[in-house]
Amino acid sequence: MNSLSVRALLVRGMLAGLAAGLLALVVAYVLGEPRVDAAIDFEDAHAHEHGEEVFSRTLQSTGGLATGVLVFGVAIGGIAALAFCVALGRIGRFGPRATAALVSLGALLTVYVVPFLKYPANPPSIGDPDTIGKRTALYFLMIALSVLLAVAAVILGKRLAPRLGNWNATVVASAAFLVAVGLAYAFLPAVNEVPKDFPATLLWRFRLAALAIQVTLWAGFGLVFGYLAERLLVPKAAAAEPRGTGVDSKAAAAH
Amino acid sequence: MALSAAPAPSADATSAITPISLKAIAPWALFFGILMLVLLYFVGSEQGATSVFSGEDVHEWLHDGRHLLGFPCH
Repeated sequence: MNSLSVRALLVRGMLAGLAAGLLALVVAYVLGEPRVDAAIDFEDAHAHEHGEEVFSRTLQSTGGLATGVLVFGVAIGGIAALAFCVALGRIGRFGPRATAALVSLGALLTVYVVPFLKYPANPPSIGDPDTIGKRTALYFLMIALSVLLAVAAVILGKRLAPRLGNWNATVVASAAFLVAVGLAYAFLPAVNEVPKDFPATLLWRFRLAALAIQVTLWAGFGLVFGYLAERLLVPKAAAAEPRGTGVDSKAAAAH
Repeated sequence: MALSAAPAPSADATSAITPISLKAIAPWALFFGILMLVLLYFVGSEQGATSVFSGEDVHEWLHDGRHLLGFPCH
């Protein structure tokens, strides 16, 4: 396998990311937008001065949201495809489809869920504009730490596997990852800028919607990209089976 | 018979997967990896914490996406 298949996988990753972005966009519009609107209503009711509107809310919640989610989908699709190229054949005896599923699950956890548990998504009206620099730096630092620790955990697991066996090596490596993440949580500064009377249910629902968007995005990406990668990389196995053993293999496939 | 025959081809297909050499991945990872990160920066943070372009248009256009994708927006 050479750079041609890297290119082919990269293109498929970006397409799968676009498809997953479309799914996530539906979730974002249906589950997320009502919470954003409610939070903006709260903000307006407690308004400090507001600047003039650059784009209408309608534009922000349709074209603007679509731009953000779809570009995000394509970008993470491309990066995940590159991670897939590295992971394929290196993380155990997994075929392309299973590798794609594992890379997507790993990305959801390390790029989103682990940082989210420390620095969760916030609706409008939460967050002091003066601390945006610090909050942005902490959020990206947490993502970088989480990804680096996860890569280290995978390498650790691979090293331990010959001695402990695959199962125990995976358990030990996962535990090491969790302890390291816990230490990062403990030592990084907390951010809590929720206004006193901001509705708790609204905050909870907004964050659930944010989580649902990412779960949809990564699940969609894993399934679509896995299908495309499997078709690209194992064309012979899929094509040869019905021809090779005839009726027997069809009967086996049905079981 | 059919049952014992079935697992064999799939096991072969799995073990036949050789890793893509890192040398083949590196140029793609470097160029497209950085390009994708630049895209993520524009979706997530441009005209928020830092600005390449002056003004508020990028921030305002991507406002809802930033909040819902988990980026600190403002």
